[in-house]
Amino acid sequence: MSIFIDSDTRLVVQGITGRDGSFHTRQMMEYGTQVVAGVTPGKGGQTFEGPNGVAVPIFNSMDEAVAETEANTSVVYVPPAFAANAILEAADSGVDLVVAITEGVPVLDMARAHAFARDRGVRILGPNCPGLISPGKSKVGILPAQIVAEGPIGVVSRSGTLTYEAVFQLTSVGLGQTTCVGIGGDPLIGTNFIDCLEAFEADPETTAIVMIGEIGGTDEQEAAEYVKAKLSKPVVGFIAGQTAPPGRRMGHAGAIISGSAGTAEEKMKAFQDNGIAVASRPADIVGLIQDALA
Amino acid sequence: MDIHEYQAKQRFVAAGIPVPPGKIATTPDEAHAIATEFGGAVMVKAQVHSGGRGKAGGVKYAPDAAAAREHAQNILGMDIKGLTVEKVLVTPAEDIASEAYVGVLVDRKSQAATFMVSAEGGMDIEEVAATQPEAIRRLTVDPRYGLLPHQAFWLANFLYDDPGHIKQASKVIGQLYESFVDSGASMTEINPLITTPDGAVKAIDAKMSIDDNELFRRPEVAEMRDTSAEPTAEIQAREAGLSYVKLDGDVGCCVNGAGLAMATMDLVKYYGGEPANFLDIGGSSNPDKVVSALEIITSDPNVKVILFNIFGGITRCDDVANGIVEATNRIDIGVPIVIRLTGTNEALALEILEKAGFSAYTSMDDVVEKAVQLAKGED
Repeated sequence: MSIFIDSDTRLVVQGITGRDGSFHTRQMMEYGTQVVAGVTPGKGGQTFEGPNGVAVPIFNSMDEAVAETEANTSVVYVPPAFAANAILEAADSGVDLVVAITEGVPVLDMARAHAFARDRGVRILGPNCPGLISPGKSKVGILPAQIVAEGPIGVVSRSGTLTYEAVFQLTSVGLGQTTCVGIGGDPLIGTNFIDCLEAFEADPETTAIVMIGEIGGTDEQEAAEYVKAKLSKPVVGFIAGQTAPPGRRMGHAGAIISGSAGTAEEKMKAFQDNGIAVASRPADIVGLIQDALA
Repeated sequence: MDIHEYQAKQRFVAAGIPVPPGKIATTPDEAHAIATEFGGAVMVKAQVHSGGRGKAGGVKYAPDAAAAREHAQNILGMDIKGLTVEKVLVTPAEDIASEAYVGVLVDRKSQAATFMVSAEGGMDIEEVAATQPEAIRRLTVDPRYGLLPHQAFWLANFLYDDPGHIKQASKVIGQLYESFVDSGASMTEINPLITTPDGAVKAIDAKMSIDDNELFRRPEVAEMRDTSAEPTAEIQAREAGLSYVKLDGDVGCCVNGAGLAMATMDLVKYYGGEPANFLDIGGSSNPDKVVSALEIITSDPNVKVILFNIFGGITRCDDVANGIVEATNRIDIGVPIVIRLTGTNEALALEILEKAGFSAYTSMDDVVEKAVQLAKGED
């Protein structure tokens, strides 16, 4: 099993003709993701040439794409100025999941988009996220497929390359993954740690979970309490940003210690206090997972 | 992006919020002239992107123009938390009957703009929240409807008993929300919002931070950026499309991805070193970007070694290796470089780097340990 995406995922790519959209569409198709449609306003009726001569129909709108192809998931590679509108359109089109890769979407636009999606029961992942991959089944986003393997570990993270680092180390010792989810580095994200923990807990094939957080906000602290209250499966945690100074944004829009809140120290303490094994460096994650499974 | 008090007040005035007049001085003589023009007592206020101006002595009351000149003399050039004061705001001193706090920020938990108001004005709101949470009233603004008039009234009603004050404050709260949205702000506050003995409600201080992601569509706000208030290297980094934060250590870090960059800094500390910076070079392997990154890192005289940590996912390691080789051919670095590359086309990358005379590693721990040794001169 896996969470959020699997072999039945039928994907629409919003912004399929752009530089990033077209590159990653090919990567996703090579991995085996069912890319059933693309959307680029004004290019409806054209086709996108995927690998191995597979042609993907392009539509002007999400509405048409979903009506014609029965897509159930969309991924957004649209530039920041138009991304929020693309997310709203997707949330109104009948798909269940909208994966927003775009970095740099104005946060007040996202406040509106999240409220809109919540009203419609649509899940947004991101924005400013690498997407997710269920090894052997489907990949939506930009995660590098060659570092994952099928197996029992669930991975959830606010970061991109740091996640790849952790996943790569897991795979190197033969610990494959059910699903790896990057929830995004923005302050307002659609799917948080708790949503992913809940899904991993419900997934019978996931036996242990890696949770990678960073400075800023209180999502990790709330997730830690949730782990203690609701999870039967072991969780290993890591927090990036122990050396980050307060008040400075560390790359991700959401990675900032405001006043005295959101430090790595308080998050690591929340993990420890709630029974989550804390890795003091990325290389320790694998050992802690092995201990948890032993 | 933070803007200065006087700029935030310009945004407030545009929304109709009552703000006392004020002018900017960059010399004591200018401060004298402005104070003379206003007549009477003035406040001389350091314009700097830092909290705690008052405690640092950057805000002074001047009974007359001569005193304004003297205060400006002391405040201009003053160092407040590492930032030099280049400008002061000179504004008529107001008679204050009461002080309140009104602020709005993007709240992560409710995923919406959230107001906080308190009759305990003039204090640090975090401190009020910690010591007397009952003194704060909060309201989450539904982004679908915006701030509704009865909600603004509900907030104002918490601050005042006098109907005249409540009416004026309701209006100010509505205007503040408008200013927040129109400026693309992530935070704005009036602290304090005062009442005067004759019954007026005014904003005598203003703070505003702008969401960087809004700047592309708000040129009038973007041009408020004061580059004199920022370290040169950070301006250079922004122009090169890199994310850089200077720190106090001596191990220069160049990493792809923000999370991995933070984890690399943490690992430097773990091995007993101190990171000199945060730098996310992004997904690009463009040699120009590598050159910019190296120039920015080496502009810090504390840097004794440069540590690259690259995880090649979509980015190909051999592209990055070529970028590093080309960049170091173009500019003279002067300090040792250690490189860790792993992931896509790793073997090819190591070959390229070794041929160019670099030591390259595949383990993050090994390379960080080596960098810390080099920084300490323990090679």
